[in-house]
Amino acid sequence: MADQSLLNVVFVGHVDHGKSTVIGRLLGDLNALPDGKLEAVKAMCDRRGMPFEWAFLLDAFQAERDQGITIDTARIFFATNRRRYAIIDAPGHKEFLRNMVTGASGADAAVLIVDAQEGVAEQTRRHALILNLIGIRQVILVVNKMDLVGYAGDRFAAIVEEAESRLLSLGFDRSRLTAIPVAARNGDGIVAAGDNMPWYQGPTLIEALDGLDEKTAPVGLPLRLPVEDIYKFDDRRIIAGKVEAGRLSVGDELLFTPSGHHARIAAIEGWPEAGGERAEAGQSVGLQLDDDIFVERGEVASLPGTPPVLADRFRARLFWLSDISLTVGRRLQLMIGTASLAVRVVSIDAVLSSEDLSRDEDREDAVRHDVVEASFETVRPIALDAFEDCPATGRFILQDQYRVVAGGVVLRDGLTDRRGGAGVKSRNITRVIHSVPTEDRWRMNGHRSGVVWLTGLSGSGKSTLAIALEEALFRKGWQAYVLDGDNIRYGLSGDLGFSPEDRAENIRRVGEVSSLMARAGQIVITAFISPYRSDRDRARSILPDGFHEVFVDTSLAECERRDPKGLYAKARAGEIRDFTGIDAPYEAPETPELRLVTDGREVEENLRELLRYIERQFAL
Amino acid sequence: MMTHLDELESRSIHILREAYARIDRLMVLWSLGKDSNVLIWLLRKAFFGHVPIPAVHVDTGKKFPEMYAFREHYKTEWNIRLVTGDCPPVEEIDPSLPPAARSAARKTAGLKRLIEREGYNGIIAGIRRDEEGLRAKERVFSPRAASGEWDFRDQPPEFWDLFSAEPAPGCQMRVHPLLHWTELDIWRYIERENIPLVDLYFARDGKRYRSLGDQDITSPISSNASTVAEIIAELQTTKIAERSGRAMDHESEDAFERLRADGYM
Repeated sequence: MADQSLLNVVFVGHVDHGKSTVIGRLLGDLNALPDGKLEAVKAMCDRRGMPFEWAFLLDAFQAERDQGITIDTARIFFATNRRRYAIIDAPGHKEFLRNMVTGASGADAAVLIVDAQEGVAEQTRRHALILNLIGIRQVILVVNKMDLVGYAGDRFAAIVEEAESRLLSLGFDRSRLTAIPVAARNGDGIVAAGDNMPWYQGPTLIEALDGLDEKTAPVGLPLRLPVEDIYKFDDRRIIAGKVEAGRLSVGDELLFTPSGHHARIAAIEGWPEAGGERAEAGQSVGLQLDDDIFVERGEVASLPGTPPVLADRFRARLFWLSDISLTVGRRLQLMIGTASLAVRVVSIDAVLSSEDLSRDEDREDAVRHDVVEASFETVRPIALDAFEDCPATGRFILQDQYRVVAGGVVLRDGLTDRRGGAGVKSRNITRVIHSVPTEDRWRMNGHRSGVVWLTGLSGSGKSTLAIALEEALFRKGWQAYVLDGDNIRYGLSGDLGFSPEDRAENIRRVGEVSSLMARAGQIVITAFISPYRSDRDRARSILPDGFHEVFVDTSLAECERRDPKGLYAKARAGEIRDFTGIDAPYEAPETPELRLVTDGREVEENLRELLRYIERQFAL
Repeated sequence: MMTHLDELESRSIHILREAYARIDRLMVLWSLGKDSNVLIWLLRKAFFGHVPIPAVHVDTGKKFPEMYAFREHYKTEWNIRLVTGDCPPVEEIDPSLPPAARSAARKTAGLKRLIEREGYNGIIAGIRRDEEGLRAKERVFSPRAASGEWDFRDQPPEFWDLFSAEPAPGCQMRVHPLLHWTELDIWRYIERENIPLVDLYFARDGKRYRSLGDQDITSPISSNASTVAEIIAELQTTKIAERSGRAMDHESEDAFERLRADGYM
């Protein structure tokens, strides 16, 4: 009798290499088909006067959509004497790779089907590349259609040699590869060995499947517990998360990264019974700590001696899925563990060819379905690991406007820990944890707080909009305050000029002040040219969740035409130097939260659009 | 050492916690069937005895009396914030659908109405991949247009358990924490956790319900399984489909597909 465990196996192969035939035959020979299914398909073939093909079984499932029967085109369940299986088979339409990735992400192993006549094809290599990236380590190579090459042992050996060399170069381990000669149409090598290949002494497909290992949770690795949430449903304060690696016990001291806070585990919570004394990789847990330290979603708990890397830069290998190409400077949303934050592409290091798996290091962009190596910079330091050290905290997705555009893994090479490095100069500062949470201030004020960061050329209309917005919000009864270039430069930044360094320092100060005011419950509206992307990103990093970059997009020609302070004329005459747009650069935002194109529009129209946005974003 | 059921449970809890942390105005559909009771049980596990989101019962008015009695009893016992919504009369439903599917589509219409009324952004539903072919194509976090429509030919990729959970502005997110479970897993979990069920699942006079829908479009199967253990034994040998008693699945080749594309659970 099969036990309860379930092994997930993804089947992939180049079009026409016989994937459907292999699966159909496997189910037929195991007697795993629903009653009458095989007979029905055979009768259909007789009616139409064509020879029966095992692949028709799967086609029939799809055509009839076989409602309710535990067989379908995406998950096929069957059992052997050893255990239960789910075959993951992604139909070969245009979204094949998305479906394959989705199915393969949960797979324990892969079956790669190769045509004995054609050998390893382009798609076979691409699939292998993606399976490897996702972390599949066990592969069964099925060399199908042996009947069409006269069951020749030397042909099999040649294909295996070629395929293995490709797979090994990708990093697969030889001991976890099995190659099997098969003629699915005749059933040779699927469940029974058959008499046609006496030269082959290895396992049949079903024996090889039964020989696979189930994926086991990494209990032997250092503890990693990404924090999902903090619950206060009753008098308990519970830190919730899934143990992704290692073990923990009541009494253990935990280090939270990136905050650096420490506390001991006071209890493991559970329902209906308490959670016991210990937990290990794979378990979803809830912890009470002995100290009310500030912890938030996105942090990773570890033991103090074996923490994850604290990084603000990393290199990664990823699978790009968007129609829009991946280019240097692009800003995307990273999700790793439970952390989610903005990253910027620093460099495209190599695009891997699925033709020969060579590395093309000259490409400046990656297009849809490329496997690419790239470097990223995060808006603030985060906890992560190299994928090969700890898979669960070393893999990530990238999102662009709510869409998943890539999945990838962190490479060990070049990963450096920022712990104890730059950042806060005085090491004796401990952040005061306010007893009035910002959320309570929001409830009191009736709206959220945050920073509305207007950026644009001089004369683009930032200050006009900022003042009008402040007034409109004030009339609504909302707490809003404008920080303007002029009022800051008279006081707080009175010691600074207009060199790039001084501009950066000015923006840093504005960012810090805005953040403090936002935490105090205000909607802070800033109106600074803030021409450098890096400066704006730094301001964002101080208050990542409440930062709204608004690009007041007015053309240089229009600004120069308005020239309200006569500054463009002076800059053109050479009387002012380092003037943005004339002899100093303006780096326009690439993905601002809001872009107001003001040319040819009334101030009132721009204000209404901005106000609508603010009301949507800051409403409780 | 974790068992297969432990792994399923832990993954479902993770999915529920991700949904709760990342989606505002989230609710769970409580159809009163076995899968949705498992779902409520898992919510209580994930949130340490609490069900922190409303449980929605879209009431066709045609459920079995036993189901209404069950709802009233466990609403109180499990401290559930119950939200109910009724369904429009069948005359208002697309007449081109076959009769049973048309009747089932009332539920979709009722659900849409209720979502609009309450402004829900996230809907947790207890569907499973092994139930039928189209559900197998589902994602754990499945984005829908505001109208609830589902384009199963164009779905986002899901890498590992890193979910794209937040719905885009104006859209909804359907969340499926039981997608990776099978019918047998559900029963084994019910047995292990001792989860209460409506009696209709257990055989009386040689008949029992394997799947519960509206009275007029659900029929019982022949069975003598009157305990959870006997049902598990029965399922291990059957080759008959779970939803075979659901009339609307079998009326025409594409009836279920049309129901799902329109937002049917």
